[in-house]
Amino acid sequence: MIGHNTFVVLLGCAALGLAAGVVGSFALLRGRALLADAIGHAALPGVVAAALLAAALGGEARALGPLLLGGALSGLLGLWALRMLTASGRIRADAGIAVVLSAFYALGTVGLSVAQAIPGAAQAGLPHFILGQAATLTTGDALVAGTLALGAVGAVLALFQPLRALCFDEAHAAALGLPVRRLDALLLALILLVTIAGLPAVGLILVVALLIVPAAAARLLTRRLPGMVALAGGLGALAGVAGALASQRLPELPTGAAVVLAGLVFFTFALFLRRPS
Amino acid sequence: MTPPLSLHGVSVRYGDRPALSDVTWDAVPGLTAILGPNGAGKSTLLRAALGLVPATGEVRFFGRTLAEVRNRVAFLPQRASVDWDFPATALDVVGMARLPRLRRWWGRLPRADRDAALAALDAVGMADFAARQIGRLSGGQQQRVFLARALAQQADLFLMDEPLAAVDAVTERAIIAVLHRLVDDGKTVLMVHHDLSLVSEHFTDVLLLAGRVIAAGPVREAFTEDSVARAFGGLPRMMVA
Repeated sequence: MIGHNTFVVLLGCAALGLAAGVVGSFALLRGRALLADAIGHAALPGVVAAALLAAALGGEARALGPLLLGGALSGLLGLWALRMLTASGRIRADAGIAVVLSAFYALGTVGLSVAQAIPGAAQAGLPHFILGQAATLTTGDALVAGTLALGAVGAVLALFQPLRALCFDEAHAAALGLPVRRLDALLLALILLVTIAGLPAVGLILVVALLIVPAAAARLLTRRLPGMVALAGGLGALAGVAGALASQRLPELPTGAAVVLAGLVFFTFALFLRRPS
Repeated sequence: MTPPLSLHGVSVRYGDRPALSDVTWDAVPGLTAILGPNGAGKSTLLRAALGLVPATGEVRFFGRTLAEVRNRVAFLPQRASVDWDFPATALDVVGMARLPRLRRWWGRLPRADRDAALAALDAVGMADFAARQIGRLSGGQQQRVFLARALAQQADLFLMDEPLAAVDAVTERAIIAVLHRLVDDGKTVLMVHHDLSLVSEHFTDVLLLAGRVIAAGPVREAFTEDSVARAFGGLPRMMVA
């Protein structure tokens, strides 16, 4: 039997996988895959800081909202640091991402060991943010993550045509008068949103895979973007549910790993099926 | 008559390197070849006019700012500037030209816009390939899809970046036929080009660049051995008619 909480968590993970597949499709085509990885890692110090702050203020360190907000803020800070590093053109994007990702992650890990020694903050379940643990999500957590994810899907669908034009040919889109800078910023914001929403369930190390693996599999099997987005969303949702179910049955198993392994199964199938002519 | 494109003192720098210095030039209706050696600033001129690279100086389209007349101006970038493995059909790509006219940005392209895109594909001889994934088209066919996208915008001024670069003979004929039809309809086509042999035969005007304007005007007056030699540093004299 599946209990009410389990059911809500499954739905939340499905929504998250759906959003990751949909937003991830655009991230992949725009060459933003590694940015999602940087955001995920850069979120850790913010999550830890939010937990410490909540504990210091005598609040509920476990509350997901403030933790995700903290993560989003430090994720944004990471993006800003990356932009500053690469703006001069003297540091390449891949090197910049590696520096930002590891620096923020190291900072977060230090903060984590401090937080684990503080009674209030230690109960926030912070280690789950690293590898993900869907089974520990409450109904409210799943609703928060699921709502954020569905909001991201709605934004992508509402702006489908200009986002596609941006990803295919930015110069042409700009010449048409489309607001390419704002569209690009929006896409980045959606990647941030899905990455942060996915942290508690999938974990920061593997959340990038939830964005990219279903999208990469769908790209192999489709020849138009609407089909790719739909398939990536479907595969992402399936991977999310599979991971959450595995996490329920085997509490020792990190959800992130289960989700990604499920996604990789799809990807492997896609490699063999290839795209139709 | 107001020039379709008017540049006044336009300069572009890439870092420390000047790419284009003090270009003052009025385009005229017809087919203009923008010629010059590599690094002469030909593509940069188009991109600066469209506001795609930072530039100083004044740019006017039909006497107005670009923002006021965007629908009258179509841009055809270099084919190599995009990923042709993108999951889109030829019709998807051509339909992108209709975006500024759409009242909503989600869902399918409206019927009228779809028809306009199909008509543009037909005009370049690609109607049978509308549903083909763009990665499965030949280089010349991809170039014709790009031209169709520019046509689907139903503009009056076309800025084209090397649409005849490395295309097959069928594509070259198809593109040149379309260009002549545009000119007959009173449109203006400004085309970055590198094959000097075609200039006298097909173009009405030239703009010779070498980081600045070397010569400009009707082919008979401006496309001389002397001006070509000054633009190219004396190399391809034999190509001039």
